[in-house]
Amino acid sequence: MTEKTDNVLSVRDLRTEFRGDRGHVRVLEDISFDVGRGKIVGLVGESGSGKSMTALSLMGLVPKPRGQVTATRMDLDGTDLTRLSQDGLRQLRGRDISMVFQEPMTSLNPVRKVWEQVGEPLAVHQGMKRRAIRARVLEMFEMVGIPDPKARLDAYPHQLSGGLRQRAMIAMGLICEPKLLIADEPTTALDVTTQAQILRLMLDLRDRVGTSIIMITHDLGIIAEMCDEVNVMYAGQIVEQANVFDLFERPSHPYTRGLLASIPKATEKRLSRRMPSIPGMVPNLAKLPGGCRFRPRCGDAMPICMQKDPGLADLGNGHGARCWLHLPHDAHPQGETA
Amino acid sequence: MTVSPDLNVDTVEEIQEASLLRDTMRAFARNRMALLGLVFVALLVFLAIFAPIVSPHDPYRMALDEQFLPPSTTYWLGTDNFGRDVLTRIIYGARISLVVGIVPSLISLIIGTFMGVLSGYIGGKVDFVIMRLADMMIAFPSLLLAMVVMYTLGANLFNIFVALALVGWAGVARVVRSQTLALKEKEFIEAAHANGASRVTIMFRHIFPNVVPTLIVLFSLSIPDAIMWESSLSFLGVGVQPPEASWGLLVSRGKEYLFQAPVVAIAPGVAILLTVLAFNFVGDGLRDALDPSMKD
Amino acid sequence: MLMFAIRRILVSIPVLIGITAILFVMLNVIPGDPVALLMKEHASPEVIARVTAQMHLDDPLWTRYFRFLSGALQGDLGTSIKLNRSVTSLIMKAFPNTLYLAACAAVVSWIIGIPAGILSAVRRDSFIDRFFMGFSLLGVSMPIFWSALLMQYIFALKLKWLPVSGFYGFEYVIMPAIVLGWSSAGVIARLTRSSLLEVMRHDYIRTARAKGLREVGVISGHALKNALIPVVTIMAIQIASLLSGAVITEAIFGIPGVGRISINAIQARDMPLLQGSVLFATVLVILGNLVADILYSILDPRIRSQMGRGKP
Repeated sequence: MTEKTDNVLSVRDLRTEFRGDRGHVRVLEDISFDVGRGKIVGLVGESGSGKSMTALSLMGLVPKPRGQVTATRMDLDGTDLTRLSQDGLRQLRGRDISMVFQEPMTSLNPVRKVWEQVGEPLAVHQGMKRRAIRARVLEMFEMVGIPDPKARLDAYPHQLSGGLRQRAMIAMGLICEPKLLIADEPTTALDVTTQAQILRLMLDLRDRVGTSIIMITHDLGIIAEMCDEVNVMYAGQIVEQANVFDLFERPSHPYTRGLLASIPKATEKRLSRRMPSIPGMVPNLAKLPGGCRFRPRCGDAMPICMQKDPGLADLGNGHGARCWLHLPHDAHPQGETA
Repeated sequence: MTVSPDLNVDTVEEIQEASLLRDTMRAFARNRMALLGLVFVALLVFLAIFAPIVSPHDPYRMALDEQFLPPSTTYWLGTDNFGRDVLTRIIYGARISLVVGIVPSLISLIIGTFMGVLSGYIGGKVDFVIMRLADMMIAFPSLLLAMVVMYTLGANLFNIFVALALVGWAGVARVVRSQTLALKEKEFIEAAHANGASRVTIMFRHIFPNVVPTLIVLFSLSIPDAIMWESSLSFLGVGVQPPEASWGLLVSRGKEYLFQAPVVAIAPGVAILLTVLAFNFVGDGLRDALDPSMKD
Repeated sequence: MLMFAIRRILVSIPVLIGITAILFVMLNVIPGDPVALLMKEHASPEVIARVTAQMHLDDPLWTRYFRFLSGALQGDLGTSIKLNRSVTSLIMKAFPNTLYLAACAAVVSWIIGIPAGILSAVRRDSFIDRFFMGFSLLGVSMPIFWSALLMQYIFALKLKWLPVSGFYGFEYVIMPAIVLGWSSAGVIARLTRSSLLEVMRHDYIRTARAKGLREVGVISGHALKNALIPVVTIMAIQIASLLSGAVITEAIFGIPGVGRISINAIQARDMPLLQGSVLFATVLVILGNLVADILYSILDPRIRSQMGRGKP
C-alpha cells in the first residue's frame, strides 16, 4: 500500500506475543495497514483470527508483562505510538483513539450512572467539571439518538436496552472527538433491527464528525455496507487487503473466496443445496503448521505452501493477498527453506 | 449474512487423555505448600499412632518435685505444674486432635451429603424444610451452639463429635445441594431418567459420584475447623476433661502459669497452629487440584 | 426498598421461631433434674418440689416452650437460678461491653483486612501478595485463645505496656480487639482480594482503561465499589464469628460481656441464663444477616431496582 499523508493511522509490521509458561505464542504477526482520514476500514475474520487483539495492541491494552507489542511503525496522526510510554499511551486513550466494545451489556459498570461513565473521558483528559460534563453528555446523547436523553442521564446501565447502551458506548467513544474510533463487533450482541440502526448511526456520525473508524466484524455484510477498505485476517495475519469493491469483485486469497462463498445469497433457493463452508478450523496459534497458515484447509494448496510462508503479493491498486498463487514461486525450488 | 457457523469455532485445545486421579495427583504435587502440609500431617499421624513408643515420658505420671522445669535434654519442652513432660502431653494431644478432626467431619459430611442430594434432587417441600433447617443451624454462632450441646450432653470426647457434626452438616448440605441442582440439568442425568432409572439410583449412582471431588475438598477443609473448635471448647472447659491431654486444655491449664513457665501454654498452641496450617495447605492444594471452581 | 426489607424480615421470623425451638428443646431435655442438680444434696424433697412448681418444670415441654416464647417476645427471658436476677437485665448490662469489644475488633479487622486485600489483588502474585495472604492464613489458623495468651505474655507481662485483663478503660480493650479483629481480618483480606480480582476481569474494567483512566482511577472508580459489595455481606457472617470469638476473648481478658455470661452460666449450670444469652447472641446474628442483605441491596443498583424503586 502506498504511503499517503492523509492517513490517520499507519501500522507496519505489528507483532504481538504472549509469554507463558510453555513458551511464546505469537498472536499477531506482520500486520500492516493504513486508515485514511474519515475512512472506515474493516478487519474481518473468524473468532481467534486476531482482530480484537489488533485493536487492543493499538490501544496499548494488551496485558503486560505477559503480552509484548512491537512494530516498526505505529503512527497515529503524527504521533509515534511505538515511542510512547505506558502513561503516554494512556493519555491518548479515550482522547485520540477510543473503542466501542462488543458487549454493551457488560462493558458498562453496573453500579455507576450512565452519564458519569460516558462523560468520564472529559474529566480524565480535559479536567472538565461535573456540571459541564453533564451538559456535554446530554448533547452527545442527543447526537447518538438516545430518546428522552435528559431522563437517561441518571439511569444505571441495566435500565437501558442493549441498543441504547451501545449508543451510550458510542457517545462515550466520541465524546473527546477522537481521531480514530475502533468498533469491535459493535452490533454482534444486538438484534437485527437495532443492528441496522447502530450501523446507520455510525455511518452518519462518520459523515458529520469525520472520525475515522476501524470496524471489527466477522460479518461480511457489515463490511460491504460500511467499509472503504478491508483487511481479511486469518490466524494472526492479514491474508488479504483491498478496497471493498476489489475484495468482493476479485477475491484473491482462497480463504477470502471461501468466506464469500459461504454467504447465503437471497436470490438462491433456500435449501436447494448445502451451504458451502471452509473445511477444518482455525489452527491453534501455539501449534501453527509450517509454511502457509491456511494450507491445511486450502483447496489450492501446492508443495511450496508447505515449505514457506508467503508474503503479501501486490495485485495493484493497493490490493494484496498472502498467497503463493499470486507469487512467483518457481524461483523458490522445493526444499530451499525448511 | 454472517460467515457460516462451521467457521465460528474457537481455537481447539488439544484434549489430553488422562485419568482424573493422575491429573489431581500431578496438580497436587506441583503445589509445594500442599506437599509440605501433607508431610507434616503424615508425621503427626505417625506420632499419634505410636505415641506410647515415641514419646519420651509417661503423659500422666506426676512428679511434684519436678514442677516447671525449663526445657532440657531430658524434658525437651520442660515440665508442667504437675511435673509432667510437656512434649509427651503434646504428642498424646495429637491423638485427640486427629480423631476430633476426622470423626465429626466425616459424620457431618455423611449427613450433609445425604441432606444436600435429597434437597437438591427432590426439591419442593423436602428442599424447603431441609434448607430452612440448615439456615437455622448456620444462624447459630457455632461456638455457642457447640457449648449448648456440651452443656446438655455433658463434656466428653463423644459429645464433642455430636456437637461438631451438628454445627458442620448444614454447610456441607448447602454446597452439595447447589451442585446437585446444577447436575440435575445435565444431559446424562436426563438420559438416565429417560432410561427409566429410579430416583434413588439417579441420586446415588449418578449424582453422588459427581459430588465426590467436592466432598473430598470439603472434608479436608473441615478437619482444621474441627480441630480449632475442639481446642476452643476444651480451652473453655466444656470439651475434653483433664487429665486427658487435649491441646486446648493444655493451653488453658498452662495459662495459669504463664509468667513462670510460658512454654507450657505456648507450645501446645504452636502445635494447634502448625496442624491447622498443614491441613489448610493440604485442603487448599486438593481444592485447586480437584475443583478449581471452589476457589475463594 | 421498604417492601424488600419487610419481606426479608418476614422470612427471618420462621427461622427465629425454629431456632428458639431447637435451643429450648436442647436445653430442656437434659438428663437429670436441673433443680436437684442446683440444690445438690442439701435440699429437702419438699424444697425441690416447691422450686420445680415455681419454675413450671412439671408442665409438658410444649407448654413450657410457649410460655418461654411469649415471655421472650415481651423481653422476659426468665430468672437466673444462680444469681436470682432477671436474665434480661443481666444481658442488657453486659451487652454494651460486648458491643464495644466487637465494634473495636470489627474496625481493626477492616483497617487491616481491606487494604491488605486490595494491595494483594493489585500486586497479584508479588511478594506483597504472598506476604499478606500468608499472614491472613496465619490469622485464620491461629486459635484466638492462644494468640490472646501470647499477647498477654508479650505486651502485658514482659513489656508491661498494657494491662493483662480487666475492663476499666480504652487500654483494656486494645489487646482483646486486636486478637479478635485479627482473626477475621484474614477472612476479610482474602475475600477482598478474590472479589477485586474477579471484578478486574469484567469488560467494564477494560472500558475504563480504554477511556484513558489511570490504574488507580480504574480501581478506585470502577472496581472497588463492585468488589466491596460482597465484603459488606461478610460483615454479617463476621457478627457470628465475632460473637463466638468474644466468648473466648471475654473469658481470657476478663471482660464482663455476654460471652462471659454464657460461660459462667455453663459452669454454674444456670440454664435460664445460658438459654437467654445464647438466644440473644443468635438473634444478633440473624439481625446482622438482615442488615447485610438490606445494605447489599442499597449498594447494588441492579438489585435496588428489582425491589421496585422504578426507573428514573
